[in-house]
Amino acid sequence: MSDITKQSLTELVENIKNKKLSSTDVTKAFIDRSEKSVELNAYITNDFTSALDKAKKFDQKPNFNLKLPGIPMAVKDLFCTKDIKTTAGSKILNNFVPTYESTVTENIWNEGAILLGKLNCDEFAMGSSNETSFFGNVQSPIDKNLVPGGSSGGSASAVAGQLTPVTIGTDTGGSIRQPASFTGIVGLKPTYGSCSRYGIVAFASSLDQAGPMAQNVKDCALLHEVISSYDPKDSTSIEFKRNHYSKELTNNIKGKKIGIPKEYRVDGMPKEIEDLWQKGIQYIKDCGAETIDISLPNTSYALPTYYIVAPAEASSNLARYDGVKYGFRAKGENLIDMYEKTRSEGFGAEVQRRIMIGTYVLSSGYYDAYYLKAQKVRKLIKNDFDEAYKKVDAILTPSTPSSAFKIGEKTNDPVSMYLNDIFTVPVNLAGLPGISIPAGHDSKGYPLGLQIIGKAFDEQNILNIAYAMEEKINFKNKITDWWIK
Amino acid sequence: MSIDLKTIKHISKLARISVDQQRAEKLAGDLNSIFDFIEKLNELKTDNVEPLTSIAETTLKLRSDEVKSKNIREQIIKNSPQNNEDYFVVPKVIE
Repeated sequence: MSDITKQSLTELVENIKNKKLSSTDVTKAFIDRSEKSVELNAYITNDFTSALDKAKKFDQKPNFNLKLPGIPMAVKDLFCTKDIKTTAGSKILNNFVPTYESTVTENIWNEGAILLGKLNCDEFAMGSSNETSFFGNVQSPIDKNLVPGGSSGGSASAVAGQLTPVTIGTDTGGSIRQPASFTGIVGLKPTYGSCSRYGIVAFASSLDQAGPMAQNVKDCALLHEVISSYDPKDSTSIEFKRNHYSKELTNNIKGKKIGIPKEYRVDGMPKEIEDLWQKGIQYIKDCGAETIDISLPNTSYALPTYYIVAPAEASSNLARYDGVKYGFRAKGENLIDMYEKTRSEGFGAEVQRRIMIGTYVLSSGYYDAYYLKAQKVRKLIKNDFDEAYKKVDAILTPSTPSSAFKIGEKTNDPVSMYLNDIFTVPVNLAGLPGISIPAGHDSKGYPLGLQIIGKAFDEQNILNIAYAMEEKINFKNKITDWWIK
Repeated sequence: MSIDLKTIKHISKLARISVDQQRAEKLAGDLNSIFDFIEKLNELKTDNVEPLTSIAETTLKLRSDEVKSKNIREQIIKNSPQNNEDYFVVPKVIE
């Protein structure tokens, strides 16, 4: 079968269970394509040799009761993987080999999947274009010199380019949904507390969530069902009834009420995005659901709030990189000098910028004016959603205010880069689940996504809406294999 | 509001990141444009708003105080740039 890498996760699982394919066939196919795709720069570290060994072992003694039987999978290099280098896209962790496994990846291997390698990402997940990685920018499989989005850019590129059947990313302000939208794939940011943060390199602890990225909604539901678990090792992990999301998936959304927030119609938004949104509204109606105009009045304050809260938490979390316990160390004349040089040489420009913002807003005399203020506005943003959900079951918005941009186009203007996340950030601030699905193309042929935002713990509902819309949209990703010689 | 070079130097000290003059000037420019954007929050009156301190509105769970990971000294020290027996080694602190 030459078209193994074109198959969805669901098809691969079926074919392995029916013995039409072996785990070795599938693993070889994805390794082969990954090796031909070096130009995408999607991988930071590969583990191909041991992946093949594991696949052979699986085939000798297969367990077809598992949810991901012998399925190869690459993951974002922000998840600690035992004995496999984990860099978070940073020089400061360039030599870090975890002695433990993140809970989310542990869940994946426990269901039979096999690690292919670690995928490129923005440094410490800080970025919207995968240009801040110490290991270089990632190319989008959509077009040469196009960003795949970020921070889970390697993950998005690897799924869209068929280097891995599915993957996991992390989303602090849009880092799963924005790259999914830019590359024509599906990405889910789960409710805060749904997936354990144990073993994920921390960025902003009150916002970070791991989530699945896939070719279609069903695959996304299946992977989410594997990674979502209550974990005593994460104090913010929440115990609630988790569904068999893929089994309970239905395209029957008749009678559902979907909110359309007027504040997401932002100034300067391209007409293509507005048109896409209108198309989405029509699809919702075609599915037998109802749309209702709603208001989320504090939306425009979400991004400024995020750029206080996230850097503040990041500056605290990244204090641990001091050249003593792990990672890179620069030479210094004394202890303080060593700290300062290590952090100056070990962190890239964007990470330093965010640590500086965070340190400033938490510093003496400024805490109330910035951090406390942001926490209060965050409450107002959450209240907006609570109020809206009295009237509607979910909310439909565009995923991003534009399609993917060229590499280098926004690197000199941090604020214009930050504006990419204008539709995704409010969801993290309110701790809600959100999914981006591919919904069309712009005039250049680049993918555009729509976002469905749900109530807390209501992943099944937004997956169902996404599943119903997916059928109507019938999106075909235009992958030309431009990078394969 | 304007963040001057003196403030940049002060924050970089607090953050333990050394910055040279050129870098400090670049950071001052970047931070000023970011804070101009953040200032938008001042439009909102928030005197009577409770700050959101935790997104998961549950009380933290208690657990019994048990040792779960024993004898991992080697694992802890393994990734350190410099160590000696069971200790992390740092540049000399006491004269």
